[in-house]
Amino acid sequence: MDSATSDPPPGAPEQHLPPSVARSVKVLVVGAFGVGKTTFIRSVSEIAPLSTEERITTASVGVDPDVPSKSTTTVAMDFGRITVTEDIALYLFGTPGQRRFWDLWAGLAEGAVGALVMVDTRDLEPSFEVLDQLELRTRVPFAIVVNRFPGSPDHPLERVREALDVLPETPVVSCDVRDASSAVQALVTLVEHAMARASEPVPA
Amino acid sequence: MDVGKSSQKYRDHPVRSYVLTSGRAHPSRNTLRPETLLLAADPPRLPPSVDRHQRELVRLCRGTLALAEVAAHLGLPVSLVTVLVSDLVDAGHLTIRSNHQSHLLPGRDTLEKVLDGLRNL
Repeated sequence: MDSATSDPPPGAPEQHLPPSVARSVKVLVVGAFGVGKTTFIRSVSEIAPLSTEERITTASVGVDPDVPSKSTTTVAMDFGRITVTEDIALYLFGTPGQRRFWDLWAGLAEGAVGALVMVDTRDLEPSFEVLDQLELRTRVPFAIVVNRFPGSPDHPLERVREALDVLPETPVVSCDVRDASSAVQALVTLVEHAMARASEPVPA
Repeated sequence: MDVGKSSQKYRDHPVRSYVLTSGRAHPSRNTLRPETLLLAADPPRLPPSVDRHQRELVRLCRGTLALAEVAAHLGLPVSLVTVLVSDLVDAGHLTIRSNHQSHLLPGRDTLEKVLDGLRNL
């Protein structure tokens, strides 16, 4: 199978979870192509990131001018995992969050702890669609992760928040996705946000 | 037509996938998610009717793995592996290790544990 990404090495041996792990939770890492999703996952994952592919068909017609009608294309989902406690494994699923891919991952958002929305301050435009999809189609809590690309303008986070027009309680954090502790900190922020959301009364 | 020979050359995934799942596009259970943890039944007793992919799937699951990991190692789409897993669970060859209701949001207790775990990494 041809792959849209260069890693993982095909045929990498499987690494089983410890027998004590009996529960899994997941976090989505969403964002446009090239925004650093896989790098983020690689930084925190205890296994080399894995990839699976799905085919999508004509759902893209009229949505994406780059994809001609009646086409099929493959979309890769990169993922990794962290055994966070002796009985819980956290999976990180990296997926393009644009509308044309969303149906494919229908089961993916369901039951997720939350989503990290990776943004590139040099090109915020694709982030709007990702945020729209998350807000319209899911109830998962999310946090914005501003990937500090080398050479990207150093926007104050408040400016990014304003530009993206997210709710005041939505965390906006800066992250060096190549750095494990920086990436873990982004996950901590998301889970804290998810806990705050979980204690809110359910809106009628 | 020499089916064996032509299938060697056959690269068209949608049709091939359809054959692998005996023509079904949907699994017999809808609780399977990419993060669902799987473990082979002990001991695995696979009848001869079980095909190569299912056999390899059960072999991969001699230790706990998530469905997405199994799909990645098999080089097959998650949607297809979900159907294969569903059949193997129905037949008793595979067990679902994570038995929580995966469609529900994780509860506060779980989130707290995850948070502690992340902070201690």
